Amino acid sequence: MARAVLRVVQAGAHCSVQDGGRAGLMRFGVPGSGAMDRVALTLANHALGNPVGAAAVEVSLGGVVLEVEEGALSVAVAGGGFVVETGSTRVGSWSVVTVRAGDRLTVRRGPWGAWCCLGFAGRLGVEPWLGSAATHALSGFGGGAVAAGRRLVVDDARIVRERAIPCPVWARPPGDAVAVVIGPQERFFGVEQIELLLDGRFYLTDAYDRMGVRLRGPSLAPVGALGIPSEPVMRGSVQVAGDGVATVLMADHQTTGGYPKIATVVGSELDAFAQLRPHAAVGFRAVTPEQAVAMARLRTAALSRLLG
Amino acid sequence: MEFPRLTSVADRGVLVEFGDTVTDAVHGAVLALDRVLRDNPVPGQMEVVPAMVNLLVVFDPVVTDHAAVGDTLLARMHGLQANAVAGAEHEVLVCYDGAFGRDLAAVAQAAGMSEDAVIAAHLAGDYAVFMYGFAPGYAYLTGVPEAIHLPRKAAPVRGVAAGSVIIAGGQCLVTTLTMPTGWWVIGRSPTRVLTGDAARPFLFDVGDRVRFRRVGPDAMTGAA
Repeated sequence: MARAVLRVVQAGAHCSVQDGGRAGLMRFGVPGSGAMDRVALTLANHALGNPVGAAAVEVSLGGVVLEVEEGALSVAVAGGGFVVETGSTRVGSWSVVTVRAGDRLTVRRGPWGAWCCLGFAGRLGVEPWLGSAATHALSGFGGGAVAAGRRLVVDDARIVRERAIPCPVWARPPGDAVAVVIGPQERFFGVEQIELLLDGRFYLTDAYDRMGVRLRGPSLAPVGALGIPSEPVMRGSVQVAGDGVATVLMADHQTTGGYPKIATVVGSELDAFAQLRPHAAVGFRAVTPEQAVAMARLRTAALSRLLG
Repeated sequence: MEFPRLTSVADRGVLVEFGDTVTDAVHGAVLALDRVLRDNPVPGQMEVVPAMVNLLVVFDPVVTDHAAVGDTLLARMHGLQANAVAGAEHEVLVCYDGAFGRDLAAVAQAAGMSEDAVIAAHLAGDYAVFMYGFAPGYAYLTGVPEAIHLPRKAAPVRGVAAGSVIIAGGQCLVTTLTMPTGWWVIGRSPTRVLTGDAARPFLFDVGDRVRFRRVGPDAMTGAA
């Protein structure tokens, strides 16, 4: 069986092995994890003929440099507008390229986007934890961090046609306000705070990792919510600390928390939201739960057309 | 507001709340519904996350919606018997000796009792797995005897080893990761909450009962 080995020469912070995530274990304190941009993971794997949730390397703004030590294989980069260089070839995210022993593969930040997925045609050799290779940042459980010196082994390495992967418009950062459903703890907020959330302009801050991103913007200070019992939270929860600062919880979020949630980002908006960089502006718009369900179904249909 | 209260969450969740404050009856209702949904899931149910006063039902929005899930939940809650099923019982070993119980002296001083009395109080507790949270395998146990209830430390201490037995207020936890904590470190356990057994990766489920049993430092050989 063809095998390829890639050595990590250099990797930025938050670079890790991710896959489709591990669902169903939040009751044990284990969040779903998986790619920050699940659309990018799906399309990178699909372009290579891999199962869509297969393990890949998720690259942050810090980029990654790999050197092929052995074998040859195709790789796909999807998500954001990163720059992909191999030898004298330079393409962007949303590309399939082939690399061979001795080649250096560089993925670095480009004009837009905060995360991309680097998929490998074949099977990335990683130890799964609880059925998934997704790395949980806080514990390091799963496929693990991708750091300089690590060797990535790809079994059943294959070469596929080099080409561009169509980037759906909805895989881009939100051009307008991000859809949220208000609540579930809106009772701890005044009408003004809800209005500020929906009318105000917020900015992502540098307090941004796979657990979540803290926002800067109008204070949304809750009323009388100090010491509420810890409650379940989910990816997309917009929780507000006592000082009025909002945080949007992302892939590696804690599973329960004692801060009230003023709103929850609709699931189909989260992948594009993840492509916003620190300091980018963002606004929110309220949709009803029914509209949110319709959005989820439209997204699933659109994705299955792309995979069809 | 009338309970149970159902709230739609984003595109894929229904939060079922049984009260605003934690009581045995409220948490008992959470556990009872959790068991009902484990034995008889709602169509489209992806997972259920029980917490202190409420429980989150996450569903697949492609196959169902909030209204359908909510209706089914209300039907399932009809005639719900809190504490109808007793949780499993577990024994967790704990070594209080030396550096394993690094805060034992401070706890004894704050509680106005001897270290042996703190240990006896901790061992006498009848604990229940209340909720998981914070990190994988962080099971919050209630049942710490009142005599050793202490508020958290003013500032967290870094690098508290995985396996530490820590207390704060009425809660006790056996940690699974080496992390900072503001809780009081009274011992170390060789019992693994993350079992490493694929068939049963977590020692406890929410609602289970726990007793601690004291072991000496010799039982800690090989423990992290």
